[in-house]
Amino acid sequence: MKFTKTLAAAAAMGLALSGSAYADADPVKAGFIYVGPIGDLGWTWTHDQGRLAVEAEYGDRVETSYVESVPEGADAERVMSQMARSGVDIIFTTSFGYMDPTINVAAEFPDVAFAHATGYKRAENVATYSARFYEGRYVIGQIAGAMTETNKIGYIASFPIPEVVRGINSAYLAAKSVNPDVEFKVVWVYTWFDPGKEADAANALIEQGVDVIMQHTDSPAAMTIAEEKGVYAFGQASDMSAFGPNAQLTAILDNWGPYYIDRVGAIMDGTWESTDVWDGIGAGMVGIAPFSDKIPADVQALATETIAAIASGELHPFTGPINKQDGTVWLADGEVADDGTLAGLNFYVEGIDGELPN
Amino acid sequence: MLRLEQRQQPSKLMLYLTPVLAVLTTMAVGGLLFVALGIAPGRAIYLLFIDPFVDSYNLSQLFVKASPLILIAMGLSIGFRAGVWNIGAEGQFIMGALAGGAVGLALWGMTGWWILPLMAVAAALGGALWGLIPALLKIRFNASEILVSLMLVYVAENFLAQMVQGVLRAPDGMGFPESRNLGRNEPTALPDVFPALGINAGGVTMLVLLALAFFLLQKHALGFQIKLTGDSPRAARFAGVKPGVIIALCLGVSGAAAGLAGLFELTGAAGKLTIDFPLGYGFTAIIVAFLGRLNPVGILLAGVVLAGTYIGGENAQFMLKLPAAAVTVFQGMMLFFLLGFEILINYRVKRLRRAV
Repeated sequence: MKFTKTLAAAAAMGLALSGSAYADADPVKAGFIYVGPIGDLGWTWTHDQGRLAVEAEYGDRVETSYVESVPEGADAERVMSQMARSGVDIIFTTSFGYMDPTINVAAEFPDVAFAHATGYKRAENVATYSARFYEGRYVIGQIAGAMTETNKIGYIASFPIPEVVRGINSAYLAAKSVNPDVEFKVVWVYTWFDPGKEADAANALIEQGVDVIMQHTDSPAAMTIAEEKGVYAFGQASDMSAFGPNAQLTAILDNWGPYYIDRVGAIMDGTWESTDVWDGIGAGMVGIAPFSDKIPADVQALATETIAAIASGELHPFTGPINKQDGTVWLADGEVADDGTLAGLNFYVEGIDGELPN
Repeated sequence: MLRLEQRQQPSKLMLYLTPVLAVLTTMAVGGLLFVALGIAPGRAIYLLFIDPFVDSYNLSQLFVKASPLILIAMGLSIGFRAGVWNIGAEGQFIMGALAGGAVGLALWGMTGWWILPLMAVAAALGGALWGLIPALLKIRFNASEILVSLMLVYVAENFLAQMVQGVLRAPDGMGFPESRNLGRNEPTALPDVFPALGINAGGVTMLVLLALAFFLLQKHALGFQIKLTGDSPRAARFAGVKPGVIIALCLGVSGAAAGLAGLFELTGAAGKLTIDFPLGYGFTAIIVAFLGRLNPVGILLAGVVLAGTYIGGENAQFMLKLPAAAVTVFQGMMLFFLLGFEILINYRVKRLRRAV
């Protein structure tokens, strides 16, 4: 088995040298490195769905492999090296913490392409990609603002990093735009995935009079609590209506398939190069799940309009006038936040109570 | 009905053979598991148990994984011999890395050979102090060190999260919760000594400490007192051993060892403090300690075997599509068989006939 493979590789090399298109017969190999188990129903699961979409798209022309629950750090570096040594053509490293390991390993394997999710360091053979989840947050923020009766919206936040702060600001601006009396209650749980803590946070928020819950954590725990207590919530990363058939209003969907298909295709026709992709609703990287029929028709219509406006680029969630929490001007009237500022966003916008942990 | 009856004279030979038997049985039963998963068992066992020790790249990673396990297990084994159950090495590992890392970060920009040793001292102290909390509560209030040390792991994890969000956060890291990279900063980076096996300065320190532990347990009066306390606390008290001293010593030493392991992980393999910095070495080391029969040489071998299954497990995942959980099942199986065999060596199973 190993022998025939070596032979094939040798033959491929010979043919490649003679300028033939032998490579077409050899499937492109794509490796994926996951931070969680593929059964987490959240972040890792959505990436694995993307991997399966690649397989469905290319069939025999592609071979995928993955390693799940890889700790960030030395282990990640080893797994990437092993994958690169095993002859994969492109490796997708799907967690922020893989940033430095990816850069280190990529330097050792210049012939292998790497794509790192949610990071900001690139190289000749390291691309980055991320999704504009704040666009989805704007849509659900608007729905939340329209649906709340207590005017209190709860937000279960993971870590005070730009990605999460962006989401809170975007959702707040959207909610405020339809309901000037709205108030946000943010709970920091300092974890991406801990059903126990997420459930505790949901309970605490409901006790404070919150009747709509948003989350930036991965488990369906808060959804389950919302269902129990009869309040509304939004699915995170995937459709969670199975956990809250009455509670879920809609969900933000992570859809990595199109990006993975595109990039693996680029490897196939030899056009791959290091790119920085930050796509949102328009490109289909961020999706919105079907609306619950609990949302009144006029609110549904408004949300649909917002989705279309964001997709076409007509509406940017961060368009001035917007002040920072301390009252100083961030964006003047009509000014749109640039990607650089958004990537490092570390302050609340005006109107959000509470202090951003620092 | 079955009953366990203590054997008069447990076989010494078998006692030493149990770890080997446990590994072999794990291979056999694991093979069945692979067949059930539809994976060729021969190839899987090769990848998990042989490949990590023959492939040169795998070998270069072996002690990266094994060193922290062995160092922590060595510390734990001293306490376990005395019947002091430190289950919270993971927390001491974190606090050691935090204490040592904080020193390194405070001295950022300075150079000097003394920086790394100073960080190591701080790490050992940090780990030892965290270990002494359950010791004090045990001595003063007779609180179970098992529960207290375990609970303190969660305290340490949250403290770590707080620190990397706050004072230890890298100023140029765009707000992400992680420290500067100590592994890429000359004065704070752990130098490689024998890269072919993945042995760095931390690995060498580990081997030296292991030799010291061997000497302590085999030749020194203190080692005898520790063993006596574990075997027969009453006899130990008559022999003038102060139980409080032994408790404090065991938890302090195992805490210091775990703290050092944390620093070596930080300045070597990991590079920086992040929320996900702890990888569970403190818990896996408990398996290593027992698999190694609480003996320094045994722990060295057990640490290497377990490190191998980690490395092999990663390779088996993408080469054979083996689920990650299968590797954990493997490690669990090894401990299960080890403990099972130990019972069978110390006890015989007797069938009870019901009296008519």
